[in-house]
Amino acid sequence: MDFLRPTTWQEALAAKADRPGALPLQGGTDVMVEINFDVRRPEALLDLTGVAELREWSVAGGVCRLGAGVTYATVIDELGGALPGLAQAARTVGSPQIRNRGTVGGNLGAASPAGDSHPPLLAAGAAVEVESRGRGVRTIPAHAFYLGVKRPALEPDELIRAVRVPVAAGPQYFSKVGTRNAMVIAVCSFALALHPAERRVGTGIGSAAPTPLRALEAEDFLSRELDWDAALDAGLLRRFGELCAAAAAPIDDVRGTAAYRRHAVAVMARRTLTWAWDDHRGRRAA
Amino acid sequence: MRVTFTVNGREESADDVWEGESLLYVLRERLGLPGSKNACEQGECGSCTVYLDGTPVCACLVAAGQVQGRRVRTVEGLAEGGRLDPVQEAFMECGAVQCGFCTPGLLVQAHDLLSRVARPSDAEIREALAGNLCRCTGYEKILDAVRLAARRRAAAGQARGEAGA
Repeated sequence: MDFLRPTTWQEALAAKADRPGALPLQGGTDVMVEINFDVRRPEALLDLTGVAELREWSVAGGVCRLGAGVTYATVIDELGGALPGLAQAARTVGSPQIRNRGTVGGNLGAASPAGDSHPPLLAAGAAVEVESRGRGVRTIPAHAFYLGVKRPALEPDELIRAVRVPVAAGPQYFSKVGTRNAMVIAVCSFALALHPAERRVGTGIGSAAPTPLRALEAEDFLSRELDWDAALDAGLLRRFGELCAAAAAPIDDVRGTAAYRRHAVAVMARRTLTWAWDDHRGRRAA
Repeated sequence: MRVTFTVNGREESADDVWEGESLLYVLRERLGLPGSKNACEQGECGSCTVYLDGTPVCACLVAAGQVQGRRVRTVEGLAEGGRLDPVQEAFMECGAVQCGFCTPGLLVQAHDLLSRVARPSDAEIREALAGNLCRCTGYEKILDAVRLAARRRAAAGQARGEAGA
């Protein structure tokens, strides 16, 4: 195994182009587990922690551009206002030690259906910026980024450079089911974002299908039926939960049953919409 | 490969490091620093917690090559000038140790908490220690020890300006 240590983005792209089998490494919270347990022996590790620009974030034109090396701790400390859904999800990741090292970019690269970043990125309408030496930059909408279990839409010579997340224009919420309040891989999770200017609600479902996904029919239903100036209708709320549950395609596994996950997705969908709606109405009243 | 980094204020080198090796292995097996404990090797237990450039991390999840040129502070480096850190003293006084295996990680993590938050609430202590598992004590005496250390540090005016490593 080789250990590659680029110090610039161009060096990193060159290393990945020359060695497509090299496994990118950021905080190591997924990759090192696989190496420690002998699950994976890549031909090389491509350590990206030496590329300083990946740790930066910036906001321009209503979009936050989050470098692939920005940690969950940074999201929590610095981006709770701009990206509340992602920050809420970040607070539920692992433990303080894990949040100090783990990155949103790493979560995307691993593309686990249970990754906590994915639902809020889907709900907010994020896009992933990837790049290769040969073909330059490509921007992939989050909903097109997850191709299968742990299979991101990356070519072998591509690296994730950043994720672009629209700054929240309305309330956002994240909800996650697990056995305790820390160190939990989601049994299932749900994120919701209100986009009041577009009269639209974004959703993201985690750990209840082979990939993270949006509940598209549920989103369309709210776009048609939701009265943005009224209290939430109980029947509409119930129907929204049912449509979110129907969008999931869960399995039985060690963390929970498919039936439980489907039920829990409906509950989380109703709860997050209720929380967001309370904020929305409160803001309008204020 | 050779990895050179600063450990507890001293520059150290390790040779013939395997590229997939963890910082934890280098500390324990190559540099003779067994204070950081090896248990889960997947970031679940916190018993290998060390400071990396002043930030607490699980040493089992840091690749050895990632610490080249960086600063690491382990539990062995908490005592200064032959005197235990107030966190260490408080753990002894409160009996916050049973088998002792989780203690080094808890000490580093609690040390970090108190260097950032002078008088943490119980909720803050629990959150800070949420990634450190203890199989013996039930955590009550650990919480007592962190509260005691916080009182001592605040009294000694040490709470500010200590960034860890």
